[in-house]
Amino acid sequence: MQTKRRVFLKGSLAASAAGLAVGAGLLTPRAVLAAAADWPEAAFDSEGMETAMDELFGAHEAADSGDVSVKAPDIAENGAVVPVTVESGIADADKIAIFVSKNPTPLVASFDLSGANPFVSTRIRMGETDNVTGVVHAGGKLYKASKEVKVTIGGCGG
Amino acid sequence: MSTIRMRISPAGDVLDVKALIRHPMESGNREDKSTGEKIPADFIQKLMVSVNGENVMDGNLSEAVSKNPYLNIKVPGKKGDEVTIAWTSNTGESDEATQAA
Repeated sequence: MQTKRRVFLKGSLAASAAGLAVGAGLLTPRAVLAAAADWPEAAFDSEGMETAMDELFGAHEAADSGDVSVKAPDIAENGAVVPVTVESGIADADKIAIFVSKNPTPLVASFDLSGANPFVSTRIRMGETDNVTGVVHAGGKLYKASKEVKVTIGGCGG
Repeated sequence: MSTIRMRISPAGDVLDVKALIRHPMESGNREDKSTGEKIPADFIQKLMVSVNGENVMDGNLSEAVSKNPYLNIKVPGKKGDEVTIAWTSNTGESDEATQAA
């Protein structure tokens, strides 16, 4: 892994578990190298939803499916904490991902299932009124469902 | 003290696991209002869940997951099984907790 950006190392820094030197303080957030080797960095860095899906799944064509359910509030007063539940009834689902298309980087989280049920409930940040999309990978295909959430106060900046 | 708190409810052959992790999930976009400097990104990237030592789920998180991440999942298992949750952050920190259902 390499970065073309100039990296200022501040003070003496221990190497991370992955053996990578990680800078602090003066780095742009995205320049920080992934601590975990298999964290899908390219997908998380993608600024468009299709690119993010391509990076994560190798495809971005997802069929709207009634077997994927996305639960989220109609209105979120605070975009910093939006409860979201993604669930799927599709057999052999091996991956679930949550996207918010208008966030600076749309991929919020992905979950690789190796025994766990295709069910994830968490709390996410949303910058503005937008669709929350749950994408499920099963049997080599992608299925999705979306839910619009009206955001009163965005939760991305400070 | 562990940063991970878990509540596990067995229901048949499934364990409903609710976890709350104490972590700032700094996005790297916020400024320290007193100095005007950006607060560096510090967020959980990997979340590993196992039951009796068997991996059942790997989560990949970004800075778009809220501060003090909450996670509710359903994993295979029965009463008495041990659920382990471990995380690592972009800064190389990590924590782990195990709890019997």
